[in-house]
Amino acid sequence: MNLRLTKYYYGDIPEEKTGGGTAASSSNTEAGWPLWEVFIRSKQGLDHKHVGSLQAADAQMAIENARDVYTRRSEGISIWVVESKHIHASNPDDAGAFYEPANDKVYRHPTFYDLPDELKHM
Amino acid sequence: MYEPDNDDAASLIHYLLYLGDNALVLSQRNSAWCGHGPVLEQDIAITNISLDLIGQARSFYQYAASLEGKEVTEDTLAYLRGERAYYNCLLLELPNGDWGHTILRQFFFSVFQQQLYKQLLPSKDSTIAAIAEKSLKEVAYHVRWSSEWVIRLGDGTEESQARMEKALVALWAYTGEFFQPAEYELAAAREGIGPVVAALQPGWWQQVQEVLAEATLQAPEQGKTWMQTGGKTGRHTEHMGYLLAEMQYLQRAYPGATW
Amino acid sequence: MSVQELEQLFQAKVDQEIKIEPKDWMPDAYRKTLVRQISQHAHSEIVGMLPEGNWISRAPTLKRKAILLAKVQDEAGHGLYLYSAVETLGTTRNQTIEDLHSGKAKYSSIFNYPTLTWADIGAVGWLVDGAAILNQVMLCRTSYGPYARAMVRICKEESFHQRQGFDILLQLSQGTPEQKAMCQDAINRWWWPSLMMFGPKDGESTHSDQSMTWKIKRKSNDELRQQFVDMIVEQAKILHMTLPDPELKWNEARGHYDFGEIDWVEFWNVVKGNGPCNKERLQARRDAWEEGAWVREAAAAHAAKRKDRQAQQVA
Repeated sequence: MNLRLTKYYYGDIPEEKTGGGTAASSSNTEAGWPLWEVFIRSKQGLDHKHVGSLQAADAQMAIENARDVYTRRSEGISIWVVESKHIHASNPDDAGAFYEPANDKVYRHPTFYDLPDELKHM
Repeated sequence: MYEPDNDDAASLIHYLLYLGDNALVLSQRNSAWCGHGPVLEQDIAITNISLDLIGQARSFYQYAASLEGKEVTEDTLAYLRGERAYYNCLLLELPNGDWGHTILRQFFFSVFQQQLYKQLLPSKDSTIAAIAEKSLKEVAYHVRWSSEWVIRLGDGTEESQARMEKALVALWAYTGEFFQPAEYELAAAREGIGPVVAALQPGWWQQVQEVLAEATLQAPEQGKTWMQTGGKTGRHTEHMGYLLAEMQYLQRAYPGATW
Repeated sequence: MSVQELEQLFQAKVDQEIKIEPKDWMPDAYRKTLVRQISQHAHSEIVGMLPEGNWISRAPTLKRKAILLAKVQDEAGHGLYLYSAVETLGTTRNQTIEDLHSGKAKYSSIFNYPTLTWADIGAVGWLVDGAAILNQVMLCRTSYGPYARAMVRICKEESFHQRQGFDILLQLSQGTPEQKAMCQDAINRWWWPSLMMFGPKDGESTHSDQSMTWKIKRKSNDELRQQFVDMIVEQAKILHMTLPDPELKWNEARGHYDFGEIDWVEFWNVVKGNGPCNKERLQARRDAWEEGAWVREAAAAHAAKRKDRQAQQVA
């Protein structure tokens, strides 16, 4: 059971590439509360940003734990939590296929266009 | 601005000490969990509550000290009064027991504190009203956090329910004291500084009942339990002396030193 | 790709200061080293709560009490951030904690020394946190992304810790004769254990070389130790306190302070479990965990019940 659990969160390593001892499960380890990822909006107008993770028995507790753990110094005004197992991450091996095609579409960036200096507010 | 005459001033100071002592003594108890909680996240959570409470205590003591004048400070009030001059409710000085006891006590007290502080908002004493306003935000969170834990533990496993039932029996007899006014509370009510505390009971009971019901815990029958009192007038349990001896040790051992 | 090629790619990234992230390929040994080091670090934060927590109930003023509470609580937070970083490597927090409780995992030996007087809280803040910060600042640039990010957060929060320690000692150093004596005594007891915190000498540290190549560590034990000595000697002057080492003196040629030899017999004994508080510390952690088991189970059971009820309502 634990073996399965440890394999399904965002820090997961493809099985064929894992080394010894990484996903070691031990039968007497208490299952523990699920892991949650925490996202915090530090002030109005900004995106929620990933700040870390924590354990909680349910979503309610996860939000409260996030408040207690990650906003002790007034770091936030809004909290999102999501159970880590629900996060699907892209595979770094796909990085080429995912991101490189965008590299040659420089025309998507405003700096691509060389316009006369007299032109204002564009 | 409210300006008390001499007798009233003494009574107001008592009242402030009562409010401060409640917060400090529970903070002292809760802080023993720091480093020993059942899971890291909750270790942090209960310490946040301890920090809120110690902050509240300091606000009340600082105000009391300013009324006393002379050499009185928040620290002389906290560290140089003996057990007979402490006015906190007995419930708050009881040993922590297990996490269930700690949670249930927090719940009983936080609900009471919330009722009380709400009624302090219109206080004629603007300093008290301001402290209450600031503290209410903290207390609202304490109520929420402790309510949820009471529900979780009550409606959790067989063991957790049994533990909560035990805690309920042990602590219930100490909840009546909240609503039995001491002389300084009656005076505060007369002066429009604080509420009539007996009138806070129905609201408290209502909220406690709701949470206990959701926690599948049997609420004690009202009026059936003999209520322990005395803390508000400085008649404490035997636990209090040890609590103060520990807390005040350095100030007592090195009189006059600055830390 | 062959493992060799993957390893080359990995090392090239590290050399270019590109952070390694959880899903990236990494050598098994790198992963193992990280799990060991980060979990040791996490355990140190958690066990480190105990010696300072020992004085929360007896802090001499309300302000000091609040500061100390906040500080020890921060350490719980730091432990949590670090356990989370370990989780990104495929080891759950409970497994990591179990290794601590079974005695398999180590934590910093410094926390096996007792806090005997209030001055110890000052000395721990000044010397122990001071030593820890040097290590932690270095680790903000460590090659593994989640570890580096946890360290950035930790360093930000730690910045007040050393100050509060120094502030406690400063007050004592200006106080009554008894307070001054208390202050000097605490410094005497904590000085050598603090130097030991940086670990064995460079030649004898088994993990150091590889960790440097992988940029997990970025400065050697001895480099950090020297940096610490140079820093503390100057600060001690402000306190008008002495450090208990007759060999401590400025070396013009090196541009550093020379200092005496650490008692390595004591060092290895404390590592092996013979320190003054090894047993108490570990027992305190085990007790907290075992006594909390019913709480964790109850919360999990309640969450499951709630989920079932919601499912039934929907159906």
